[in-house]
Amino acid sequence: MVSGKLLFALASVATLGSVTTASAQTIKIGWVNSYSGFLAQAGDQMEKGLNLYVKLHTKDLPPGVKVEFVRRDDTGAPEVGKRVAQELITRERVQMLMGVVASPVAAAIAPLTAEAKIPFVITNAGGVAIPRISPYVTRFSFTLWQTALPIGTWSVKQGWKRGFSAVADFIPGHDAEGAFIKGFTDAGGQMLGSVRFPPASADYAPFMQRIKDAKPDVAFVWVPAGPAATAIMKAIKDLGLREAGINIVSAHDLLPDEELPNIGAFGADIVTAGNYSTTGVRPANTAFLKAWDEEYKGKAIPNFTSVAAWDAAHAIFELIKTTKGKFTGDEAMKFFAAWKDPDSPRGPISIDPATRDMIQDIYIRRSEMKNGKLVNTDIETIKAVKDPWKELNPPK
Amino acid sequence: MADIFSSIISVGFHGLALAMVLYLISVGLSVTMGLMGFINLAHGAFAMLGGYLMTWLMSRYDVPFGLALAGAVIGVVLISIILERLLYRRFYGGDELDQVLMTMGLIFITIASVTYIWGPVTQPMRPPAALSGQIDLGFRSFPTYRTFLIVCGAILVTLLWLALERTRFGAQVRAAVDNLRMAQTIGINTSRLFAATFALGSGLAALGGGLGAEILPITTFYALENLVYFLIVVAVGGLGSIRGPFVAALLVGISDTAFKYIAPEFGAFFIYALTMVLLLWFPRGLFGRT
Repeated sequence: MVSGKLLFALASVATLGSVTTASAQTIKIGWVNSYSGFLAQAGDQMEKGLNLYVKLHTKDLPPGVKVEFVRRDDTGAPEVGKRVAQELITRERVQMLMGVVASPVAAAIAPLTAEAKIPFVITNAGGVAIPRISPYVTRFSFTLWQTALPIGTWSVKQGWKRGFSAVADFIPGHDAEGAFIKGFTDAGGQMLGSVRFPPASADYAPFMQRIKDAKPDVAFVWVPAGPAATAIMKAIKDLGLREAGINIVSAHDLLPDEELPNIGAFGADIVTAGNYSTTGVRPANTAFLKAWDEEYKGKAIPNFTSVAAWDAAHAIFELIKTTKGKFTGDEAMKFFAAWKDPDSPRGPISIDPATRDMIQDIYIRRSEMKNGKLVNTDIETIKAVKDPWKELNPPK
Repeated sequence: MADIFSSIISVGFHGLALAMVLYLISVGLSVTMGLMGFINLAHGAFAMLGGYLMTWLMSRYDVPFGLALAGAVIGVVLISIILERLLYRRFYGGDELDQVLMTMGLIFITIASVTYIWGPVTQPMRPPAALSGQIDLGFRSFPTYRTFLIVCGAILVTLLWLALERTRFGAQVRAAVDNLRMAQTIGINTSRLFAATFALGSGLAALGGGLGAEILPITTFYALENLVYFLIVVAVGGLGSIRGPFVAALLVGISDTAFKYIAPEFGAFFIYALTMVLLLWFPRGLFGRT
């Protein structure tokens, strides 16, 4: 902490020009993550993605430029997230905010960045409207509309006409529900009902029972990725939803790669839509997985959150390289708006300058047992998907 | 018509399972409150510890389910005896506010400790293969584990009942609840009785926490999040009774499930409303002593 402050003081002296040598310059980035709370596991995935990129690429930074991450725990609670972000901006004087797992936290932080005029690079929180809150928000993850809408359309194509949705009752759950229903009903499906349940550690059985009693052809089930996914898959199994002829579909959060070993064989043959799975056949993904396994020695499996953090770190490092570490908030935002990476582990990605959200390929994946392991296998690719919600709801 | 019927069965079944867990955890709280007049808000922490110990033994050391559960109960009983001797005893008959403060503090210490030891993530509950999936009872199938839970709960309730009504220990407890001074006068060692009841209550809570890990998931804030449920069961049931909390647990379990099933967006709203109405009607609980 002390050395960080010292370096910062040095850096400010350097930028003032009173030190003539090209001495140490430190770029401070405020990293807000869920180290505790109900999204701690997703937070851990995100942390590992960031750390891996930083470890491998710090050597690529321009000479004399250092990046320092000032890390804070938002505990998954908006008021805590807002407080730590405020502290990072005013006391630590970070040049940029980054991270955030939970959408309510990101929504609480976003207005601060509009006042401080510093970029806020979101690496998970998928709440669809968040970039509209502040012109300084850009996002490297996804929106639930990008993943849940296509799976609604896909379900009707399978001849499943009567649907039901069950989602966790917070921002991304509401997005997922709205997007699935839009895709499903636009394609000619009919909704029998929908339920919302508390997001943190609920007993899912009564809600799953309600789906079973409604007897739909297809049920869209959404929980935040992590242990909740395994818990709700268990409730689906215990209540025999699939035996009763109900097809389960979801966005990738229901079958996140790191939870697949915990879910096991029961999770096979479920179709989800997502922007990344470890099985994706791409040279960039192979290289990413190799680096990941070397670092984490087979003790962790990356998921879409890890990849989003990796990609965001990549963009930020490129920004620093291009500008030699000297940029204003507006210059950084201009850089991000034009960001393109044809070679992300998840495939080609770019930032949509109009919405500051990702344009990326969405994969329809079917889970299957391969060599005794549950994996998600891509069966269809929808190229260059923009966030559909922002196209349906243009800014006023 | 068949749909309504099947909904009613669904609600009744899941409600019964929740009721069993709530009862096992809360009955100890009711008895200690009635017996010692002690407000042990940290009672849920014993249930939580039971859940943690059980899931930890199962996932870390591959201990079979039954053995892990027994281990967890024994562990919690030992911890509760130590705590009772060292800590709780000093507050018997003391100021109620002191008791509340002390036990609230214990809750926070437990939350911090389990987060430190086991991390912030919900503990996985994986019952053995024989108890997962569905069981066909002829007219429809039910989740096996919950069926097992209800049967276990029913057996334990019966045993508890017999123990309190038919044994010497039970008679002593009832006597002490009715009139503590008189019980002491006729030579009942109430200090030892307190310790034994406290340990029994904590053990039952651990059993409920372990068995019910699937319904009330084992997370760090367990003792605080579920405290309201336990207190409702005790308040509605009436202090110091065995039967009261059972009826209250059934009421809370089934109505909570029904509301979750019918109107999930209201969350726990109806349960609190119901509690208020009941307490206005029966200020001492359904089976409270006057």
